[in-house]
Amino acid sequence: MEHGEEEDILDPITEGIIRAIHLIISGDPEVYAITKLSLFVSILGTLLSCVWSIPISAALALRNFPGKRVLKGLFSALIGIPTVALGLYLYLLLSRSGPLGYFQLLYTPYAIIIGQCILVTPIIVSFATSALESVDPEVRSLARTLGASGIQTDILVLREAFWGVALAILAAFNRAFAELGVAMMLGGNIRNVTRLLTTAIALQTAMGEIALSIALSIILLGIVLSLSLIVALARRTS
Amino acid sequence: MISQIEAYSLAKNYDGLRALNQVSVRADCEKVTAIVGMNGSGKTTLLRLLAGLDVPSDGKILIDTRAVTTEELRGQSTMVFQKSVMLGGKVYDNVAYGLRVNELPRRKIPERVKSALTCVNLNGFEKRKARKLSSGEQQRVALARALALERSVILIDEPTANLDPANAMIIEQSIKEATHSRVVIITTHDLAQARRISHTIVHLYQGSVVEQRETTAFFANPLDERTKRFIKGELQF
Repeated sequence: MEHGEEEDILDPITEGIIRAIHLIISGDPEVYAITKLSLFVSILGTLLSCVWSIPISAALALRNFPGKRVLKGLFSALIGIPTVALGLYLYLLLSRSGPLGYFQLLYTPYAIIIGQCILVTPIIVSFATSALESVDPEVRSLARTLGASGIQTDILVLREAFWGVALAILAAFNRAFAELGVAMMLGGNIRNVTRLLTTAIALQTAMGEIALSIALSIILLGIVLSLSLIVALARRTS
Repeated sequence: MISQIEAYSLAKNYDGLRALNQVSVRADCEKVTAIVGMNGSGKTTLLRLLAGLDVPSDGKILIDTRAVTTEELRGQSTMVFQKSVMLGGKVYDNVAYGLRVNELPRRKIPERVKSALTCVNLNGFEKRKARKLSSGEQQRVALARALALERSVILIDEPTANLDPANAMIIEQSIKEATHSRVVIITTHDLAQARRISHTIVHLYQGSVVEQRETTAFFANPLDERTKRFIKGELQF
């Protein structure tokens, strides 16, 4: 009996792995489209967030101003924001009757991008701030004594914290790529429009298509782990 | 080229504590001035003020008898820190950094880097990763980085602290050679080193200057009781 149960659990996993390999090798158009869209929204969401998150991190790490500690604490606290709650608030903002309903962004990839931008901002800000603060304070003195201006000094500190900031961005991408709540609530999981790897996995699991879910999750994990590996290798060889 | 740098009645407070108290010292071109004293006597504080890295709480700094701002000081001087700070990347990039930010023409940079590295016996180290070097080699790179800028004033904080004799000897030799057309000020608590390489010694004690004399006279005939005890190794912190 127990042996039979084990087989029942193992079968879909083995089948999922075989199916994942098959889907990847055969170039299944739907899986490729879902993967491409997942990468597109997560990369764009993360990069857009960098536009404001990196300068905010630089300000928090390199400048002194009133309320700095409160702000740092706030960003740290927001790292754990439930994605469903964020998705709900953004849904209310973007829905037809909401303040931003005019733009008709709900259930489009752009809505997911907006959601992911906001979701990863605290991650990039908190991790990048820590990376910048961990740079030896004497680097600033060194830059100044070698004739660097204030901006050149800040750039040098950013350069010295490059890998720490890169890891912050990678963590943010991984969070965006693997999250479900925002993508489901703002994207609606519409086939060929807003279906991502995570929402597709949720749907296939609910439909009892465990093998396909496992196949998609292997692709998801494969991308996340490959990126982490590439960054780790690049860091080692730099 | 400048002929002297002078601190006049310089004071510095940190969090309500007086780190330096009415310090007046003078250092001349083509000479090594050594600031000696025990840990916590204010040597590094004084050096950072002379480098324009910190703003004095009181007093002024003069170059050739003219009072200068911290910005002007940074334009005339450069400082080598006790703990050598190596930037990520190669030795070449470390030495070239100051030249790049000071907008030295690109074609002149390799030659200047090579010349500075030669001064500290590090020829051929250009492509080595700076952070992979030994602490002695890193300190020599830090000195080369300062020499490459060709500033009028070079300030060196504890140049050979924790270094082996071979590296210490190379650095001391480089410091002596650096005096050409420059004011060189070092801090050290190693009296033997101060005797070997300096022309003038300033003895700082608890943030105040207790004696400033030519090196030979400082050791042969110290005037202040605290200096006598310091030389004998009897001064308590």
